[in-house]
Amino acid sequence: MIAVRDLSLSIHGQPLLRDVSFDLAPGRITGLVGESGSGKSMTALAMIGLLPVPLRAEGSIRLDDRDLLAMTEREWLGVRGRDIAMIFQEPMTALNPVQTIGAQVSETLRLNGTPRTEALRIARGGLDRVGLEHIALDRYPHQLSGGQRQRVCIALAIARRPRLLIADEPTTALDVTTQAQILDLLRDLVREDGMSLLLITHDLGVVAGMADDVAVMRQGRIVEQGATEPLFRARAHPYTRDLLSASQPPPRVPRAVADDLVLTARDVTRRYGALTAVDGVSLTLNRGESLGLVGESGCGKSTLTRALLGLEPVQGGTIDLLGRPGGLAMTRDDRARISVVFQDPYGSFDPRWTVARLVQEPFHLTGRPPDARDRAVRALEQVGLSADDLSKYPHEFSGGQRQRIAIARALITEPDVLVLDEAVSALDVRVRAQVLDLLDDLQARLGLSYLFISHDLTVVRAICDNVLVMQAGRIVERGPAARVFDAPEHDYTRVLIDAAPAIPPRWLEAG
Amino acid sequence: MTRAILKRLISMLLSLLAASLAIFVMLQAVPGHPADFMLGLNAQPDTIAALNAELGLEGTLRERYLDWVGGMLRGDFGTSYTYRVPVAGLIADRIWVSAPLAVYALVLTLLVAIPAGLLAASRRGRASDWGVMGVTQLGIAVPNFWFAMLLVLLFAVKLRWVSAGGFPGWSDPAQAIKALTLPAIALALPQASILARVLRGALIDTLEQDYMRTARAKGLSRRATVVRHGLRNAAIPMLTILGLQFSFLLAGAIIIEKVFFLPGLGQLIFQGITQRDLIVVQSVTMLLVFAVIAVTFAVELAYTLADPRLRRA
Repeated sequence: MIAVRDLSLSIHGQPLLRDVSFDLAPGRITGLVGESGSGKSMTALAMIGLLPVPLRAEGSIRLDDRDLLAMTEREWLGVRGRDIAMIFQEPMTALNPVQTIGAQVSETLRLNGTPRTEALRIARGGLDRVGLEHIALDRYPHQLSGGQRQRVCIALAIARRPRLLIADEPTTALDVTTQAQILDLLRDLVREDGMSLLLITHDLGVVAGMADDVAVMRQGRIVEQGATEPLFRARAHPYTRDLLSASQPPPRVPRAVADDLVLTARDVTRRYGALTAVDGVSLTLNRGESLGLVGESGCGKSTLTRALLGLEPVQGGTIDLLGRPGGLAMTRDDRARISVVFQDPYGSFDPRWTVARLVQEPFHLTGRPPDARDRAVRALEQVGLSADDLSKYPHEFSGGQRQRIAIARALITEPDVLVLDEAVSALDVRVRAQVLDLLDDLQARLGLSYLFISHDLTVVRAICDNVLVMQAGRIVERGPAARVFDAPEHDYTRVLIDAAPAIPPRWLEAG
Repeated sequence: MTRAILKRLISMLLSLLAASLAIFVMLQAVPGHPADFMLGLNAQPDTIAALNAELGLEGTLRERYLDWVGGMLRGDFGTSYTYRVPVAGLIADRIWVSAPLAVYALVLTLLVAIPAGLLAASRRGRASDWGVMGVTQLGIAVPNFWFAMLLVLLFAVKLRWVSAGGFPGWSDPAQAIKALTLPAIALALPQASILARVLRGALIDTLEQDYMRTARAKGLSRRATVVRHGLRNAAIPMLTILGLQFSFLLAGAIIIEKVFFLPGLGQLIFQGITQRDLIVVQSVTMLLVFAVIAVTFAVELAYTLADPRLRRA
């Protein structure tokens, strides 16, 4: 039905896409996987005629007997939304905040002259179909959750029954349980409507569970493609092999941890008015231990983290750091004993600061020591960077390198506790594997204790000795990582584990 | 929602109270007594005292302040020192020139600024964008009284389409509107230029939003996305500027009123100051403060209409 042939694209002589060719058939799901910058999204934008303005793709994209790349903008207006529709990664911003969802879904239909009341009726039916029966048409996007908004995006994309739906990382911004629901919905829609789905994702687990066929992209090229299961089993291409092994980091071998408490929380409670965000949470962290904290957005894990870092008052309970009062009551010197690394390697640095200044920033807590520069160099070397990097600016580094800088910044005061708040969640799997190795190595050498907050169970399992599962402000399950993941006791833990997309283990058996 | 409006209303009243105090105190501190001014240099002290009594300038500051505020609440703005007629009447005459002029100028501003901003934003970086940016730059830079004089030279002196100034009154609305046209254009030029540039910037910001891409993917043309999805999202910065502009148009037309010999509020306040007619200055200033606060309130209500996310407060 759709045949992409020799699709190529370049900017300033730099190739973005090189001879990309694949076919999409009705009723089939094709996964397009690769790391950031591999050209997945550019391929998608070329297929819906929305490439950023100066870019022009070469090759051909044939829909039946028409070549989409040869079409004028006017002709594209008859294709977009009608034959080819698209949903995007970020449901929070993908909808117009000042229009009702009814208006936005029906707008697609009004384009081809459907009268208003009829369009609204169809929009209602569309929202019902994506599981939003209980949401009125006159709601605004901000009144819906992320998952509900993504459902609205799907409803407006499929309103005119397109033959191809392109989904660009449709669930990356969502919680695992929501992700599972959205993926189920997409699978059902493909089956019922016989449309073709091009599913773009970095997550091999998602592809394994969804796609009939897979194409693996790297540096603008498709390195391997074929039916999903045989491709995963054969792992013929070295890059596919790399990706697969990086996405399945081995579970942590538990270490013997001495009884030497560095961080303790007892019955910590944080209320915002009537809402109890953290409800009587207790935890202990020993020297050299990695403690995982998992849960979905809104479960209170960020609030708890902020309380432990002394950034948030608590209404009940106590926090101790190294046997002294922790939380808001920490002295400045004690604050230097607990550091944090955040998720976003792009947003957490001032772009006008040099690495030297960024890394030495925590010295405002302790006063600048005479050997500050030497310590900055040492911190950078600990994370695999060098003294040459001190005079550079954040934009000169890749995402993974920036996260190393963030770790160096956290290490410069030689803390006892490192709080890693989704610290590897924004990284590509191969970079993630390297950073996880680095963290492991640092812990062994420096005797650090980690509090590792993540929604990604695979990662938690790879780095944590013990795990806390948090739901609605409470810890619902706790225990050694292997026990919690292999034999979960609480229903919610089981739901989380089942919802997490995974590659079937038998596909990965040595063949 | 009603709670929020009530809260805004209360803060509005407090602002008015504070403004009335500030205006009263400042004008009492102005050098030169009205009675001295009116009676000339050789006036006898007892004549001055008698006039002070007649003008209500006796008594403690507090009594005079309460008198003034109490009077305004009853619609009595006092008696002009120079004209010896109620200030309320003076204001009423003038406001029928100034308010329509401000509204007229505002309508022209919108009629020019919205299409110009849309054009520039949707054809960003191309000739029409450069054209709009150039013309608006000029519109901001040119002093509006000079532009007003050019208009007079062209349309009144050379083409003789309209008269060069004066205001015939509202007995013949067509003539009245005709008389206000050149002043309204002169007032609107810089305002439209500012607004067009603000709108262009705000629209360009919205063009980069994810929801615009969603709209394009639905099959909307570039133009339709800008008009249907961009414009309303650009409304908030536009409303902010518009509120400031309306206040300015009401109070800031003094120079344009001078150029066109229009008997507006600006003229009244100007004469009031030069003739030490403090009660007129006080009352007109208070009225303008009220107008500004009322417009601000209206703009805030309009925000919540434009953006549903603000309705929760």
